[in-house]
Amino acid sequence: MRIVEFSDILALIAALRWTVGLTLIAIALGGPMGLALALMKASRNLVLDGIATAILQLIQGIPLLALLMFFYFGVPVFLGVDIPPLVAVSIAYVVYASVYFGQIWAGSIAAVKQEQWEAGACLGLHKWHQFFYIVAPQAFKISLPASVSFLVQLIKGTSLASVVGFVELARAAQVISAATFQSTLVYVLAASLYFLICFPLTVWSRKLERSLNGAN
Amino acid sequence: MVQIEINDVHKRFGQNEVLKGVSLQVQKGEIVAILGKSGSGKSTLLRCINALESVDRGNIAVEGVRVHQNMPKLREFRQEMGIVFQQYNLFPHLTVERNITLAPILTGKIRKGEARELALRTLERVGLRDKLKAYPINLSGGQQQRVAIARCLAMEPKIMLFDEVTSALDPELVGEVLKVMENMARQGMTMVLVTHEMGFAKNVATKVVFMHNGAIREQGTPAEIFNNPRTPELQNFLGNN
Repeated sequence: MRIVEFSDILALIAALRWTVGLTLIAIALGGPMGLALALMKASRNLVLDGIATAILQLIQGIPLLALLMFFYFGVPVFLGVDIPPLVAVSIAYVVYASVYFGQIWAGSIAAVKQEQWEAGACLGLHKWHQFFYIVAPQAFKISLPASVSFLVQLIKGTSLASVVGFVELARAAQVISAATFQSTLVYVLAASLYFLICFPLTVWSRKLERSLNGAN
Repeated sequence: MVQIEINDVHKRFGQNEVLKGVSLQVQKGEIVAILGKSGSGKSTLLRCINALESVDRGNIAVEGVRVHQNMPKLREFRQEMGIVFQQYNLFPHLTVERNITLAPILTGKIRKGEARELALRTLERVGLRDKLKAYPINLSGGQQQRVAIARCLAMEPKIMLFDEVTSALDPELVGEVLKVMENMARQGMTMVLVTHEMGFAKNVATKVVFMHNGAIREQGTPAEIFNNPRTPELQNFLGNN
């Protein structure tokens, strides 16, 4: 047994890179996919809407942990190929993020009054112009609290990757705590780091909402 | 010259037949006021003219071109036909200037550098030059409706449709909107309006159409309609207004 040293704190902070990294990967790839799902639901095309709804319902019914297990352990066995752990874990988070963003954004788009689309159509605007210039900015504002709240969930959710041995913040805390037996101290440190990332996000989102309120 | 030709138009929503064979001609430069109780089909007729609603039977032609939701050049067609709604439907996240110039810029009617000038010019016509930088939320109902009219005018339409544009306004704000519309009428714009403003129909319209139960019951000059209503329905309607 040894005491918690400065190098342990550094190790925790270093492990943060995977907490942040996984989150960024999930946003960078899951965001566009979520937008695509939301647009499919908003398309008023029965087939696209049906496909998107089915995907959303199916994936949202699966716990994040099960998604991780599926892509980390399941898929390599099914397909008989080796998937690098980072890729497997990333896929799980991308899928997870895309359905939740998709659900949130589809709801936000639907919350913008139909008359706004209509007003754009009556001015002779293309459907995409109606979306990008008229509906999307209003939907963005509506989606902000839910999107940021999910983002915070996502950041904390990366801790589940520790289950498959991925050394992000939670896993690093586990390792250090096992070496030092100072679990209270180590986990409080880890929790503080999560808080330090998540709290500014919620503050920023509230600020952004208020500044957008100037227009509405 | 006949600009809008409506020929035996039928339209139903589910079991409810709202238009039962409507025929109407609008000449270039005419101001047509459509009167009738709510539910008589007048707003639906207006929405059929710019293909916001599809027509089940019969047809509508504007300047000789058949109008329907899958028509080629639907967007170009709508760029030449302004429509103003009861609830204004301004874009709440954009300033008055952007509300007015968004469509002219996106459709390539003007360049970005000309936007300010266009906004000021059209706002001048509705008497709101000083509201360029305001957001819709900060305007009164009458001002919002005038911005909605300016937004249409910026596209330089050949025809303007008005769907009960004063019905949501406080009584003291109706006048300022009607005044703008009168000015447009004087400048020779073809206008079709669904309205409850009897004074406007009497004094500004060149043709008054009375709809009842999804059909046109009477049409004629304001004098014919108001001084000499022939059907009991119109007599009844005018008696109640």
